[in-house]
Amino acid sequence: MAEDLKYAVEMRGVTKRFGDVLANDSISLAVESGSIHAIIGENGAGKSTAMNILYGFYAADSGEILIDGQARSIQNPGDAIRLGLGMVHQHFMLVEPLTVTENIILGSEPGSSFAIDFKQARARVRELSEQYGLRIDADARIEDLSVGQQQRVEILKTLYRGAQILILDEPTAVLTPQEVVEMFAILRSLRDRGKTIIIITHKLAEVLALSDRITVMRDGRVVGNISTREATAEGLARLMVGREVLLRVEKTDAHPKDAILVVNNLSLESSTVHGSLNDVSLEVRAGEILGIAGVEGNGQTELIEIIAGLRPQTRGEILLEGKSIDRLDPRRRKNLGIAHIPEDRHRRGLLLDFDLAANSILGVHRNSPLSGAVLLNEQIIAERANRLVREYDVRPPNIALPARALSGGNQQKLIVAREFDINPKLILVSQPTRGVDIGAIEFIHKKLIELRDAGAAILLVSAELDEILSLSDRVLVMYEGRVVGEVDPRSVSEEEIGLMMTGGKR
Amino acid sequence: MDITDILNLSLLASMVRLSTPLVLAALGGMYSERGGVINIALEGIMLAGAFTAAAVTARTANPWIGLVSAAIAGLLVAAIHAVATIQFKADQVVVGTAINILFLGVPALASGAMFGSTGSTPQLPREQTLPDWNIPGIDSIPILSQLFSGHKPIVYLAILMVPASWYVLYRTRFGLRLRAVGENPEAADTAGVSVARMRYAGVLMSGVLAGIGGAYLSIGQNSLFTRNMTAGRGFIALAALIFGKWHPVGASLACLLFGLAEAISIRMQGVVSIPVQFIQLIPYVLTMVVLAGFIGRATPPKAIGVPYVKEK
Repeated sequence: MAEDLKYAVEMRGVTKRFGDVLANDSISLAVESGSIHAIIGENGAGKSTAMNILYGFYAADSGEILIDGQARSIQNPGDAIRLGLGMVHQHFMLVEPLTVTENIILGSEPGSSFAIDFKQARARVRELSEQYGLRIDADARIEDLSVGQQQRVEILKTLYRGAQILILDEPTAVLTPQEVVEMFAILRSLRDRGKTIIIITHKLAEVLALSDRITVMRDGRVVGNISTREATAEGLARLMVGREVLLRVEKTDAHPKDAILVVNNLSLESSTVHGSLNDVSLEVRAGEILGIAGVEGNGQTELIEIIAGLRPQTRGEILLEGKSIDRLDPRRRKNLGIAHIPEDRHRRGLLLDFDLAANSILGVHRNSPLSGAVLLNEQIIAERANRLVREYDVRPPNIALPARALSGGNQQKLIVAREFDINPKLILVSQPTRGVDIGAIEFIHKKLIELRDAGAAILLVSAELDEILSLSDRVLVMYEGRVVGEVDPRSVSEEEIGLMMTGGKR
Repeated sequence: MDITDILNLSLLASMVRLSTPLVLAALGGMYSERGGVINIALEGIMLAGAFTAAAVTARTANPWIGLVSAAIAGLLVAAIHAVATIQFKADQVVVGTAINILFLGVPALASGAMFGSTGSTPQLPREQTLPDWNIPGIDSIPILSQLFSGHKPIVYLAILMVPASWYVLYRTRFGLRLRAVGENPEAADTAGVSVARMRYAGVLMSGVLAGIGGAYLSIGQNSLFTRNMTAGRGFIALAALIFGKWHPVGASLACLLFGLAEAISIRMQGVVSIPVQFIQLIPYVLTMVVLAGFIGRATPPKAIGVPYVKEK
């Protein structure tokens, strides 16, 4: 190994145990100074744990950490900051009612104990933002900023504290395609100015486009350490999952039949632009997947929830096979054959403290033979639950466990099993693979295509543009509660659809 | 009766006096709640302060020692709250309620042991209560002298605490960190701010201020402690805090409104022919009306009521 090769960060044999779970099993990795280093792996592979240890959130049970070649003890984020580390969390660590400047200086405010020197603070924020091309209004309140702007504030926060090593946890998960491009440019320019960047992600395309080296983790262990130049998407996916994975969705052309769902001039009034709907009309036919692309918060959630019967519309009508369902409650809609995979599975999809058997009957719990006139039919419920768990490969396959005990991917498979088992005519799917690992994504995508081919009408909402484009037969783009256009998923470019998603083109 | 019997300048002066304990308790509550800790124990803390002030003054014959003791008593009661809710992460409402119930009884017990009377502490001679201070300059201006001069020292303290609290909250490190901790403790934690330390500071400050507010009742406005003499003022202060959107100026203006309601109700007694019990209801009914109208609209600090536990 060359002598002049300098490592900004080295972790050697770091082990961390949470109860019975070995989250990090003697992991070792080395990050070259002035490079972009990606750490990839499925949910629960231990990548966030490793970075939280590095940043002083958790204490490792054993192992050592070297910063710039010297062994260091990092007990808390304060230590990490002093050593030149900065972390941008997946869920932003910003105080919403405070201003950009207040957020950036929080914890290391200039001035005396009796008075913060706001003038100096503002000047420093402007200087940093110009130096690194992170444009931002220093006096804006965080709650008024877009997600992309908030992320810039997070990066500025670390730079203000003098960070030389930046750790970013899933930085692109919440960004639009345009914002991702800008973010990459920012990260490259930071690297070119000598900063070291560690990025945690599961998006293979981004890793390949951005990083210099890649560390792959699986089940708490480091299973690969490769130069990006030598890496391929297939190879990385195989390392992450431990078997061959189909990255592309395989499907034939759709053969749509009659319209199942017709939505006419649906409107929802709301005090804010986010959360309103304006004259949305659409049609989903049997045997096709209609995708809705859009930045989150542009009415997709509301649209799905209105069709599912979870909230009332202000105006407009919804027809299922030509009959109005406007006056029906969610249970009656479900009995007509509408399945719903909600975007927030913890809030809408599961009762986390109930067992899998109970969760497997939510929504159909009054139907015969699962229930008699008064009592639930425990035996039939258990048989059905066991069958679903087997067919949909929910692990661990123990129907007496509380839903909370399952990983995100397995929780989602349980919901999918429950919803698909009613032989739905119409399937409302929202963020089907959020927080779900690659193996389960492959499974859920395959199931959706299967149901489509069996004649179901599917309405799909996802923040993952790739998912929308690869699954859908037709795609509508929503912006500020309106449908701003329809595109052909086979021919549209990411730039074009990204522009529509941000209201740039109609 | 003549309406000017009720609505006159001395009514406003009385409003200033009656608002004083409310302002102190509300500002105290603000420090606690801006840091993310609900403090419904204000009532109990005020009772502790009121009793301690009267009891210590009765023993030492010095109201200043009584006043300082009340502040310390408030601090100690708040420390119980802080340890239970911050250190042991107990439910903040339950702890606050427990303290309120506890200090309904503790003063009676201590008073019985110290003075042989559970109902009240001994009547203090006038010279042993806090003095009236005339403010040079203001006491010669006709209207202002009636409003702002000749009050007890605690009244001036309350008036000074309003801009001081604004400054502390919005211009100092402590204030910025306190607000951050009340809104998003994880964010503060990752920025290297100790969530527990800020919350302790906020709750303890609420104890000192509410304790002094209580002392005003027993050795300022009156000259002895009587059982449950706060009569819900801690809760009214809490309502004022919500009504005033957790802002020092807003909360204090709300306190003035409640103080005015109380002043009116006192003046109406015996003047109008309505049973006195109904007139005494006025401040409480106003509190409920205000809360019913505003509680949904005022946005509390986001992390209020939630003990801070690091993930996993």
